[in-house]
Amino acid sequence: MKREHIFDHLILIIGALFMIVPVVVAFMTSTHDAVSIYKNGLQLTWGGHFEETYRAVLTEAGGFTKSVTGLTMLQNSLILGLGFAIGKIVISMLAAYAIVYFRFPLGTFFFWIIFSTLLLPLEVRILPSYEIVQGLGMMNSYSGLIVPLIASATGTFYFRQFFKSVPDELVEAARIDGAGPVKFFIDILVPLSKTMIAAIFIIMFVYGWNQYLWPTLITTDETFFTLVRGMKQILQVWIGAQIPDTNQAMALAVLAMLPPVIIVVVFQSWFVKGLVESEK
Amino acid sequence: MAGISLNNVRKTYAGGVSAVKGVSLDIEDGEFIVLVGPSGCGKSTLLRMVAGLETITDGEVTIGDRVVNKIEPADRDIAMVFQNYALYPHMSVYNNLAYGLKNRGIGKAEIDRRVREAARILEIADYLDRKPRALSGGQRQRVAMGRAIVREPAAFLFDEPLSNLDAKLRVQMRIEIKKLQKSLGTTSLYVTHDQLEAMTLADRLVVLNGGQVEQIGTPIDVYENPASTFVASFIGSPAMNLMEIERSGEGWALSRGEGLSLTCSLNETSAILGLRPEDLHIIEGDGAINDPLMLSVVVTAVEPVGAESYVHATLGETGQEIIVRAPGKQHFEVGSVLKVAAKKEKLHFFSSETGKAIALEGNLQPA
Ligand SMILES: Nc1ncnc2c1ncn2[C@@H]1O[C@H](COP(=O)(O)OP(=O)(O)O)[C@@H](O)[C@H]1O
Ligand SMILES: [Mg+2]
Repeated sequence: MKREHIFDHLILIIGALFMIVPVVVAFMTSTHDAVSIYKNGLQLTWGGHFEETYRAVLTEAGGFTKSVTGLTMLQNSLILGLGFAIGKIVISMLAAYAIVYFRFPLGTFFFWIIFSTLLLPLEVRILPSYEIVQGLGMMNSYSGLIVPLIASATGTFYFRQFFKSVPDELVEAARIDGAGPVKFFIDILVPLSKTMIAAIFIIMFVYGWNQYLWPTLITTDETFFTLVRGMKQILQVWIGAQIPDTNQAMALAVLAMLPPVIIVVVFQSWFVKGLVESEK
Repeated sequence: MAGISLNNVRKTYAGGVSAVKGVSLDIEDGEFIVLVGPSGCGKSTLLRMVAGLETITDGEVTIGDRVVNKIEPADRDIAMVFQNYALYPHMSVYNNLAYGLKNRGIGKAEIDRRVREAARILEIADYLDRKPRALSGGQRQRVAMGRAIVREPAAFLFDEPLSNLDAKLRVQMRIEIKKLQKSLGTTSLYVTHDQLEAMTLADRLVVLNGGQVEQIGTPIDVYENPASTFVASFIGSPAMNLMEIERSGEGWALSRGEGLSLTCSLNETSAILGLRPEDLHIIEGDGAINDPLMLSVVVTAVEPVGAESYVHATLGETGQEIIVRAPGKQHFEVGSVLKVAAKKEKLHFFSSETGKAIALEGNLQPA
């Protein structure tokens, strides 16, 4: 019993270190100045240049056109991440609501059609999707970044399973209490789904935040660059100086990792709570 | 307040299952009607058609003086209590009670008055801020009742509301529901498969079997004059003893067995005789009797339940099982022979073809 405990912990500790050490190294290195990194390589100690490096990456305009700062990219990433997550949740909840609660011809058929799109991830259909967005003139816009990706088979599937587990009597009680379809959805189904929503929000936000290929295709205007997409782009130009700005590269990488981490940490308690205590 | 009437109501489900096969019933204003029958006999379906949760295939449901076939549940002026309570898990008890009233556009002050009044009556005032998950089964049951009461509806509909409670609580809630219904005077339609619950609650019972009404009547009436072998064996516990009898010369005999000292002018050549366990009395020694029926039985098992004992026995060579109720203090040996008799007015006769009761008025004389 005791030995197994130690063994379990050992594995967990090794796993945690495996995930954390590179992040710590990136963060520590980002606090040194470029010259000392160039001379001494990656750092594990505090370098004391935190403020100036981070202010520089956030506020100094970079890129080809000198029109984009780290802050703009951060903002773009947030818009993409939030738009992506919220959009997907709204669309997939509505789709699941229709599929579970309304009798319409071929309902199950449509559900499986939606479900089968899981076999067609973005990478497979990237060219046709690009064609459409371009044809609609949505290049270099937030809607072009977000809307084409907003349908979610995964989300629809999870919400469908969840709605199916809501007892019929609850629907009936609400009908007798005079709640029509819209009221039932807003007053009862949405509050009941909140842990589900939190879980899907985490997954989708991180997924949207980390998109690389799609923003690369859709945005050519640097002011629409997201962090993940623009990081390399604006650094290449900075590399014009003799010594590469490794400190700034590390700082941007840390910034790119931070929001998903915060989201996961903040929602984690909710997530676990939702899994442990069932409200139905 | 209003009466409810069902006129030849039918329900055929999409799959072709015919769950309710033509039920007619008039419920008076303020009456407590219990629909009782075995599982799957269509009780819930019937109730849900009154509630508006199931479409009505054929026939008419009237609440008050409105035909409600095409009216939404919320507009039927009814309230329903579900077996699993169906409370809104994310709302406090207060909001659970208030939700339906808010949707109806009733003012805040009036909602508050009604909720507090219901909470007082049901003794849940201390839990108004709690979520349902923080309540015990009995308390949830009360909240479910509260949600019905605040609506001040024309009728309450109950679908097995006590089935999820333990036995003791069930008895207690049963009494409270009855008292509450009497004090509010609200017409109620109550579904249960438990005959004891049905007997104790009902002003009138409706016994359902296979989607059809088997008998309607007051509990005592149904108990004393069951209209069929189905009702006879469903109502009453332990169930009525049923045995086949045949005409034998001038009198009647148990099929393949002992004679009965009965003569009667029934036309049938065979029938089913029904005897309630409590209507059979044990005869000590050779005591002469002038009861029309006397049987010798062999004791096979005894179930003492305190105030009384149920003696299980077999009838002579026929192997027919029979249950006799005896006073609790009396002792019985398994294997011993008992003589039991029953009074003339306690005998029930049913047709062996249809199972329907056969009227005996003036037909039966002791031999
Ligand atoms: N939604 C449904 N679809 C098809 N058949 C149903 C449905 N609901 C109930 N039934 C059938 O109708 C019959 C009566 O059911 P129900 O009214 O629930 O019985 P009870 O409440 O008396 O146990 C049963 O045979 C049941 O299988
Ligand atoms: Mg039922």
